[in-house]
Amino acid sequence: MYQGNKIAIKDFSFYYDSSQALRDINLNIQPKQILTIFGPARSGKTTLLKSLNRLTDLIFGVQHTGTILLDDIDIYDPKMDLTHLRRRIGMVFDLPTPLPMSIFDNIAYGPKLSGTNRRNRLNEIVEKALRSAVLWEEVKDRLHTSALRLSGGQQQRLCIARILALEPEVLLLDEPCSGLDPISTASIEETLIQLKKDYTIILVPHNVQQASRVADRAGFFLNGELVEEGPVYQIFTKPRDKRTEDYVTGRFG
Amino acid sequence: MGAISTIAVMILILFQILREGLPVLHLRFFLDSPKNMGREGGIFTTIIGTIALTGVAILFGAPLGVGTAVFLREYTRESKISRMIRFGTDCLAGVPSIIFGLFGFVFFVIKLNMGWSILSGGLTLAAMILPTVISTAEESIRAIPPSHREVSYSLGGTKWQTITRVVLPSALPGIFTGILLSVGRSIGETAAVILTAGSSLVMPTSLFSPIRTMAVHFYILAREGISMEMAYGTGATLILLVLIINMIAQWLINRYIRHRA
Repeated sequence: MYQGNKIAIKDFSFYYDSSQALRDINLNIQPKQILTIFGPARSGKTTLLKSLNRLTDLIFGVQHTGTILLDDIDIYDPKMDLTHLRRRIGMVFDLPTPLPMSIFDNIAYGPKLSGTNRRNRLNEIVEKALRSAVLWEEVKDRLHTSALRLSGGQQQRLCIARILALEPEVLLLDEPCSGLDPISTASIEETLIQLKKDYTIILVPHNVQQASRVADRAGFFLNGELVEEGPVYQIFTKPRDKRTEDYVTGRFG
Repeated sequence: MGAISTIAVMILILFQILREGLPVLHLRFFLDSPKNMGREGGIFTTIIGTIALTGVAILFGAPLGVGTAVFLREYTRESKISRMIRFGTDCLAGVPSIIFGLFGFVFFVIKLNMGWSILSGGLTLAAMILPTVISTAEESIRAIPPSHREVSYSLGGTKWQTITRVVLPSALPGIFTGILLSVGRSIGETAAVILTAGSSLVMPTSLFSPIRTMAVHFYILAREGISMEMAYGTGATLILLVLIINMIAQWLINRYIRHRA
């Protein structure tokens, strides 16, 4: 069954002050898949993620050309409701970023922003989000203690749960396992594969192995360019481009 | 060595004031109004005057100062305007209090025709404490990791929601410290207060009544040689008041931090 593109990026370029971070990106992202975008540092991966939910708006002196469509609607349309966009496209950052409040309040933060204040409803949302992020069993007895006391891996799953509480359509994950031990990494990867059933996921992995473990498709970025994109096995075993092959086989990067 | 001498000086001052002042302190001393220019009676009206004046100063100075800090940190990029505001506050911080007093006298008392009053004095003190409130608030807002704001925006927060729910709660202990310093400065100020709030010993009835604060009372009693005994009593009360305020504030901050983290 053919499904349309969840996200369509067309001729998208992005500039910080004077330097260009993305060059003519063309990329279609299908729903309910994990797309991994990988490449060396400063190749534009994070910029692309932040462009998708317009967190780049927070930075002074940035410019872009081209379009990004979410369900065929231009997200850079001046009429776009940013609050709504960011609820539909949730982002998890490379370092765990719990807010300095309790576990419960961290998860309830998003729903409360949009005016969900009934205690019962919030309880449901928090439990559901924590279960989806496979964290519920570990924290159910201490929901009202500080989120800062959780381990790194738990904090990162908390951040995923915090996004899931908003029931977004797309998840952006920017090296969610950097700085985590292998066991935490494994549990987050498991979580991601679970989540694929309901969400479109774009993942910047912290290494090539992780990309090949969890993703359906992969895109290789180099110096702000999308070198090639395709099914993950093809990218990692039979890359079309010499640069991809060099990177995947470890010749540089 | 430095630490020891600091503590030694502090103990010396406390000891001197409290030795002379404590014998005077009775409940009646706090609750009776001064009589005969302060030779007899207590210091009740000056306690009220101090609280009223400091209250007005904080009421106007704190929101304005915190608002300025939020503006500087959250609403402007480093620019000519923000640099100018910061330069202005730095200058303001170095201006002697008597100059504020003179400004308050000319502007609030005469020009706006508010007379010697709690309002004139309070507004003058508000201007005086502004730099402290702004710089401490700005410093504590600056210390909040940008990632916290990013998280709030990424969860669909508006700028205002991000400021009120993430930035200000995290900055509150710092803001509180700044306000506390300002309270201390307002309570201890004499020159600017005499020029703007007067030194009346009559019980104030409105914001437009003149008042005398404890610090001014102390100054007048000692300076005019009215009663050293009463002066030390007032001094001791001042010290105890500041001590109590500090302790309450510390307790509040600890409770708040424990509640959040």
